[in-house]
Amino acid sequence: MPFLLENRQIVTPGDLLAEGDYLSGNNTHRDDSKIYASRLGLVEYKGRRVQVVALNTFYVPAVGDLVVGKIVEANLHGWTVDINSPYTATLKASEALNRPFRPQRDELSEFLDVGDLVLAKVIAYDRTRDPTLTIREPDLGKITNGQIVSVSPAKIPRIIGRKGSMITLLKKETRCSITVGQNGLVAIRGRNQGDEQLAVLAIQKIEQEAHTSGLTDRVSEMIRTERGSVG
Amino acid sequence: MTEKPTLVSEKGLRTDGRKANELRPLKLEVGILSNADGSAYIEQGKNKILAAVYGPREVHPRHLALPERALLRCRYHMAPFSVQERKSPAPSRREVELSKVIRQALEPAIFLDKFPRTSIDLFIEVLQADGGTRCAGVTIASLALADAGIPMRDLVASCAAGKADGQLILDLNDAEDKEGEADVPLALMPNSNAVALLQMDGLLTIGEFDQVMQLALDGCKRIYAQQKEALKAKYLAIKEEAEEAEEE
Amino acid sequence: MTSVMVSRLRQKQIAQLISSGKRLDGRGLTDYRPIQIETGIIERAEGSARVLLGKTEVMVGVKIEVGEPFADRPNEGVLTVNTELVPLASPTFEAGPPGEESMELARVVDRGVRESKAIDLEKLCIIQGKKAWVVFVDVYVLNHDGNLIDASALAALAALMNTKVFKHEVKDDEVVIKPGFIKLPIVNYPVEVTFADINGRLVVDPWLDEEEVMDARLTMAFDKDSRLCAMQKGGTGTLSPQQILEAASVAEKKAEELRKLVVKS
Repeated sequence: MPFLLENRQIVTPGDLLAEGDYLSGNNTHRDDSKIYASRLGLVEYKGRRVQVVALNTFYVPAVGDLVVGKIVEANLHGWTVDINSPYTATLKASEALNRPFRPQRDELSEFLDVGDLVLAKVIAYDRTRDPTLTIREPDLGKITNGQIVSVSPAKIPRIIGRKGSMITLLKKETRCSITVGQNGLVAIRGRNQGDEQLAVLAIQKIEQEAHTSGLTDRVSEMIRTERGSVG
Repeated sequence: MTEKPTLVSEKGLRTDGRKANELRPLKLEVGILSNADGSAYIEQGKNKILAAVYGPREVHPRHLALPERALLRCRYHMAPFSVQERKSPAPSRREVELSKVIRQALEPAIFLDKFPRTSIDLFIEVLQADGGTRCAGVTIASLALADAGIPMRDLVASCAAGKADGQLILDLNDAEDKEGEADVPLALMPNSNAVALLQMDGLLTIGEFDQVMQLALDGCKRIYAQQKEALKAKYLAIKEEAEEAEEE
Repeated sequence: MTSVMVSRLRQKQIAQLISSGKRLDGRGLTDYRPIQIETGIIERAEGSARVLLGKTEVMVGVKIEVGEPFADRPNEGVLTVNTELVPLASPTFEAGPPGEESMELARVVDRGVRESKAIDLEKLCIIQGKKAWVVFVDVYVLNHDGNLIDASALAALAALMNTKVFKHEVKDDEVVIKPGFIKLPIVNYPVEVTFADINGRLVVDPWLDEEEVMDARLTMAFDKDSRLCAMQKGGTGTLSPQQILEAASVAEKKAEELRKLVVKS
């Protein structure tokens, strides 16, 4: 019997998942003919591929990712940005301003200062250097209002849902604009604080129960109940 | 001259009522600290120990960063009130040695090369000590690392065995450690049957050592099963609750 | 975020809410977070307690040993308070000798206990001028989510009330420990209440994010008869005498509430 466990069973690092001619997918590793879990999560068997959907991870940047970052330092030619990752990111002035940067005349902190939040995109990253960001595309830039919720990056796919089903539901039922950062930070903007708070609660519930089934219905019901009690 | 206390009676019972190959009852909890990236807690006999992981994160000071892999750092430390005679909070030579030995027990289990130029900082705080604290430390450090989502080859389970009053015993408590004839702490990665920590003090023949090691290996495997239960516990509870809510 | 610095957006939200009398976690301006107190959890210590104040977690262990009295107080026992901000409690704590934050915490907790004369130190004298009981109060912060002072002071009081001193007798100028214990003589119950000044409003029991944005901090300790026995202003901002007096009035009531959690009479 090649598949040793039930699909979507919780596994821990070192659990034996499969033996034989199988492909070692996400969060698994192979030792000879045996495939083991590397992280705590749910095992998934798909054809000849075994992977583990991790219950908790930290964010490792990937080029093209949308992230929410916090400016922690303003330097001579740009800013240092905390993107909730083991790696600190850099945002160069040339990737922030829509016109040429003039070091003598432009005071960077007038544009973005320490403590500001930004929606940015990762444009470069590899093992030898820290990630770099851009905010020059439309829809990117400083976040000036709303709320930020922090979740484990492992839960981001669940918040988006299959083909965006969960995020679409959230936006509709909370009437908020919700932007999901791949780094586990979600930016919410609603018409009032009540709506924003609903979105926060819903996202926190998804994070907590991401590994269970029937979640979409329970989230929908929770939003309706909470909204009803507020009136 | 004070009389040496009896550690193992003629009937083979130890001071805490255990038989020679019995582990102390174990309680493991995962994810109990909100600031740390991963954490775990153990109660074992009178041992009360906390482990926490921060990382992978930026290395401070910068010059210690390694280009090809993460730097694993470990600090084993005992609270002043953890032992019979109050201990000064400053690190002792023993704590420095144990910090190193524990770090080296966990390194083989972690995929350090996946996170170059970062550090993984492990902290073990002994709140109350009752023998076997370095083993308990390794056991919960593994859980804290897994809780933090750091990818690992396997969990590392750890346990000590030794000799007291001529008998070979498993999981020594404080008195057995201090007054017994030998103490052998050991840590194991069970999938590959790889020993990651091994120390010894006392006197044993090779034959005795072999038996003691078998005892310790067996103890580690039993602890390994409990580590897995502890990691899953939180999520299983949430799953059960969610499924119950569904049925209503 | 890995950096603890609070974003501008959040700072603005916290300040706005407080101006309208509310806090980000739903509390009122004078509400404490949920508090849990456990005592006697470390058997090796002569006394111990663990306090959970919201997510802030502090453990205190009390050890009693025979030592020498201070030269200027030959017929009293000795009290010493030490704090450890261990690195696992916060990404901002580093291993090493106590820094200024740790020192201040130790001394503020010490002041509350010492100035209220909570421990009857004279009863801890063994041989005048030569031997006395030394009470080591070790405060161990396990998780920092704001307001370490109040959590530590509460844990210290609970631990001291739970502390046993060995019975002893003196033979030829030597102290001989006998079997059995007596309770550490506690005659007063100091409690500390800390405020954060955020945009001119004082809030009780600041959590971590509120501490990051506060302009100043004010701690007041009251004894069982509602007398002030210690005070400490922290932070680089300033307070008006009016604010301080208003705070005292609020703190007195809060101290009473907190004391009831520790002293069951």
